[in-house]
This record gives sequence, C-alpha cells and structure tokens, in this order.
Amino acid sequence: MFRIRWILGLMVLAFLSGCVGDGPVKDVPSPLLDEPAKTDPLSVYVVNYPLQYFVERIGGEHVEVVFPAPVGVDPAYWTPPAETVAAYQGADLVLLHGAGYAKWVERVTLPLSRLVDTSADFEERLIPLVEKTIHSHGPEGEHSHRGTAFTTWLDPSLAIEHARAVATALTKSRPDQKEDFQIGLESLEVDLQALDERLATLSAVFGDEPLVFSHPVYQYLVRRYSLIGHSLHWEPHDVPDEHMWQDLEHMLAEHPSSWMIWEDVPLEETARRLAAMGVESLVFTTCANAPGEGDWLSVMRRNVAALESAWT
Amino acid sequence: MKGPLYLAWRYLAYHRLKTAILIVSITLIVFLPMGLDVLVDQSADELAARAAATPLLVGAPGSPLELTLSSLYFESDTPETLAYGQVARLTETGLAQAIPLYVRFRARGHPIVGTVLEYFELRQLRFASGRAMALLGECVLGAGAAESLGVAPGDTVISSPESVFDLAGVYPLEMRVAGVLERSHTADDLAVFVDLKTAWIIEGLGHGHQDLTAPEAASAVLARDGETLTANASVVHYNRINSDNADSFHFHGDLSQYPITAIVAVPRSRKSGVLLMGRYQDPDELDQIVRPSQVMDDLLGTVFTVQSFVVAAVLVVAVATVGAVALVFLLSLRLRRREIETMVKIGASRGSVAQVLISEVAVVLSAAAALAGGLTLLTSRFGAAAIRTFILS
Repeated sequence: MFRIRWILGLMVLAFLSGCVGDGPVKDVPSPLLDEPAKTDPLSVYVVNYPLQYFVERIGGEHVEVVFPAPVGVDPAYWTPPAETVAAYQGADLVLLHGAGYAKWVERVTLPLSRLVDTSADFEERLIPLVEKTIHSHGPEGEHSHRGTAFTTWLDPSLAIEHARAVATALTKSRPDQKEDFQIGLESLEVDLQALDERLATLSAVFGDEPLVFSHPVYQYLVRRYSLIGHSLHWEPHDVPDEHMWQDLEHMLAEHPSSWMIWEDVPLEETARRLAAMGVESLVFTTCANAPGEGDWLSVMRRNVAALESAWT
Repeated sequence: MKGPLYLAWRYLAYHRLKTAILIVSITLIVFLPMGLDVLVDQSADELAARAAATPLLVGAPGSPLELTLSSLYFESDTPETLAYGQVARLTETGLAQAIPLYVRFRARGHPIVGTVLEYFELRQLRFASGRAMALLGECVLGAGAAESLGVAPGDTVISSPESVFDLAGVYPLEMRVAGVLERSHTADDLAVFVDLKTAWIIEGLGHGHQDLTAPEAASAVLARDGETLTANASVVHYNRINSDNADSFHFHGDLSQYPITAIVAVPRSRKSGVLLMGRYQDPDELDQIVRPSQVMDDLLGTVFTVQSFVVAAVLVVAVATVGAVALVFLLSLRLRRREIETMVKIGASRGSVAQVLISEVAVVLSAAAALAGGLTLLTSRFGAAAIRTFILS
C-alpha cells in the first residue's frame, strides 16, 4: 500500500507543479496615441534662458518651465550631468534652441517625440560659421566640424520666430489652452517688435561707423541692423595680454572704431586703456542665462537703452 | 471490490517491467498530440502578443518576415537598412509616432538594440534598477541579459566585433550599464538597449579621437596642407566614452542618411493607421510597411498546417499502439489461462476473475491518463518558458 500512496503523491505533485513557474506573457494591447486631454501644468525643459522666458510669457500658469543650468555658466557650453539629463527625459516637452546651440544635446538621449527644435522653421536664416580645420583619417575622407552662429535671439525678428515655435509646441501638447497661449504670444510679439523698432531707429542714427565686438556672438544683431562689426575673443573679466592689444591696434588701423561692445562690464583697467585709445566700452548682454535681476526683456531693454544713451 | 483491485495491483507490481512499458507507451501516445497542441497554441500566443503590441513596421524593401522577426524578436539576419531621415518623414505625416530601431550588433551573443526612449514606453518596460540611458555610450539591459552577463548598473558591457576576420573593422565599444529592466518575458529580456547614436558609434559612423590640432597629436598627423590635416593610422580612437572624451565624439555627414533597420509606427488612431498604410502602398514608394500581426498570422498559418500533419501522423501511430496494447492484453490472457483456472478452482467466480482482469487494464489506463494529463499540465505551465528559452532566444 505504501507504493500506491507514493505514486498518488507523485501525481498530486505533478498537478501542484502547475501552480508555480514563470508568469504569463505580458499582454500588451495594440497601442494607439490618442489620449484624453490633460489638465496638470505642462512640464517644459529648455536649453537656455531666452527660451525659458518665452515659455513663461506664452505658457503662463499652464506650464512649469525648467532651465537647470547653474547661474553664471554659459548654457551653450554647459554639459548637464546624467541626473539632469534624466530630468529632461521626464519632461512633457523639451525645447531646443537649434542652430547647433548646446552641443551636449547631440551626446545624450532625449525623448524623440517630445523634442522641439525652435529654429527648425527658419534654418535658412541661420548664419554658418567659417569652417574649422579640415581633417581626414580612415576611409571616410576629409571632413570638418562646421558650426552655426547661435545667438539668434539678438535679432528680435528671429526671437519672434522662436516664440512662435514655442507657442506651436505648447498648443500641440495642450490644445485646450490654445487661446491662452495665443494671447501670451501676441503680448510677447508686441514687446519684441518694440525692441526691434528701437534698435532699427538706433542703427539708422549710428550709420556706417565700424564697431568692435569683444566676442563673436553678435552676428544676428549685425545682420539685422546692417552694422559693420569686427569681433575679438576678449573676455570681460580677463586682462588682455599685449599680443591681444596689438591685434586690436591692427584692427583699429584698418577699421577705426570708437565703440567696443562687451557681453558684460569689462575690467576697469581694460576700459581705461581702451578709452585712452579712443574706444569707449558699451555693454550689450546676450542674456543666455538667467540675469541677476530682472528678466530677459528687461535686460534687452537695458542693452538698447545703453546704446541709445551713448549714440543719441 | 477491494479484493480484485488488490489482486490486480499485485499482478501489475509483480510484472513491473511490462506494466511500466504499457503505461509509458499509452502515456506518450496520449500526451504527444495534446502536448503538441498546447505548445503550438502557446507559441502562437507568444508570437501574436508581441506582434499585436507592435501596430505597424516600416522597413526597407525585402522580406516582411525578416523585418518582423528582426524588429520584434531581434533575431534573423539584419534586414536591409533604411535612412534615419525616414523617421522625420513619418513623423511629419502627423499620423503616427515613429520609433526607430537599429538591430545589427551584438554583445556576447545578446542583440544590441539601438532605439529611442519611446521604445520603453511602447513596450511598457519598467526599470528594476538604475535608469534609462542618458549619455552617449550608456546602455540598458533586459533582465535576462543582465543575469546572463552578470552585470548591474555601473558595470560595463563590450560590443562584439561583427567578424573576427575583420581586422580593419570598428573597435568594440565599452558601454556603461545605466539600468536593468524588470523581466517582461519577451525578447526584450535578452536585449542590450542603446541610444541610436551609440549604435552608430559601434558601427564607426561616429567616433571620438585625439584633437589633431593639439601638440600631443603631432605624431598622428600624416600631412598638413593649409587648414587640411590628414591623420595616419596611429591617431588614437576612443573605445569607451567618459566625461573626459565625450566632447570629442562626433558624427560625420548627414545624420538623416544614417542607417536604421526599422521604424515602429504607432498610429494616432485606427483611421490614421489605415491612412499611413495607404501612403506606403504608392507604387513610387521605396520602403514597405507591414502589420506584424498579419505577418505572424501568415507564419502561424504555416505552423498550424505542419501541426495538423504531425497530429495526423501521431493519431495513426496511436491506432497502431492501441492495437498493440490490446494484443498485449489478449496474449497475456492466453498465457495466464492456467492461473485463471486455478483462481476458479479455489472458488473465484467468473465475475471476480473478470473484475481482476478489468481492474488491471483500468489501473494501467488510469495511470497512463494521469501521467499524460500531468505532463500536459506541466507543458502548459512551463511550455511558454521553454519556448522563450529554446525558440525565441
């Protein structure tokens, strides 16, 4: 009888074994994209401060915009750590500046469907930079790493294009708030157009006098207002060496200029020596990162006011 | 009734070899068609579930089955590639979300799947540890791949060369594991996921190397003609991406022309899906669009046809086996004539003798049926895992 019991036990074990083992296949239904409307604020991550400002103006209370670069760094050359990239990945919308701005974007993984290049619609208006060194190695042949001027927002007409791209992206994500976004965009456009008019008036007064720029970041300003400018690579907080002063002298010999435009207030020592050469220093901040006080528009207005007070 | 059953049991126990052979034969002949049916049904479910969760696939012209198997199970030969620019083209239609896939390389036998973050959302994959790939050169492993490779977030995985004979081929890339996915019981468990750009770096389309204008790279410069530098073979290429060299990684040419093997298209609605399929039916269209569920249905149709042939053959064998078993019992009766006469002489009625003989047959058949049932139950529980282990992987 013991053997009968043993065989019966084996059978029960075989049946019980049906209760363990791997779980079932995940039954994922055929997905479709259409989703019900969302009401919570749209989480938007951006790559520079001008875009943050545009989103705040257009999106208002319907968006939560984040620009995670630390204050004081140049967002164009900043690289976020992996944790910050992960935060970008969790956003509803990631707004890129385009024009090759923020190279780090090419070296990270961002959500493809939530990425918006806000300069994609006016690529033909971007200014290509002179190519750097051409090199070749291996079977690919010659190639170079060309670039594009990226401080597009210094041309208010391009800033308006960015703003429109922002509004379109926000509206796509939150169609229900379309009217509010449109009101925000129109208000911003009025401010940008006013800025454009002031700068246009100023450039007409200034005429064809050559300018010196401390850094090659004013290409769009120069083009928009037909300015004549030559760029150096001077940092406002560094003392230029004698070689740099000699370069400036050579430049001034060919393009006599009374004004040098800086991204930030230069060292007093530098400003004094420039003044001695007959060159006055003016500050026109690009405002790529959040300013210490005010906002992007107030900084731009301050820039224009500085030029107005100097030139008129 | 206890007496005849006990006698039958003692007889079967005494002739244990004969009894075992009979039980095994009957068990197998009952189990084979049932088990096969269960296995085929489960295979079909496995394949159909994955296909149903993948609405549409866009790929280069070629075999739809190859495109589907490569994109859904990361198996089969690498299909013809299409240009990455097709992703933007598909997105611009506004009809569907496009999720590119580039399945070509392997890491110690595991497929490296170049894709975008939306793939994890499509497959509803969650992270058991770590996070999604964020930086160039990072990867995310399926649970099975992490287990098999013995790695966890923070460890590294190296891509395998496509051919050991390709001495001039690309360098293997050391990838940092950013995260490990929860087990999903699909082909994703065995995959190594990377960003598309990382896959292109593995292919050699993007790379990082010494700054050729730097003084320390002087020995790597073969020729200098104005602004044109020609490097020699000694130029140092990086085979791992870290914070020190990440900025040196770059891609040559137009990224929209870079290769991918497929695009998963997730339509906004059923109508959008139909419209999208219509666009790819244009005679001038170079790429193909397939509905994976339809491709797998066609494949399963073939499998079911083969199955019906196999089941028919098994049934023929079953008839022969039943005949043989009947013959065994009849011959057994003839051999046991004297034993039966003895039972009658010591007082057993004809009915009791018949009860003993019928009990013997009943015990053998019941044991065989129970075993076949148990095996079928085991197959239904573990068959899916076996299919995933031995077929899908």
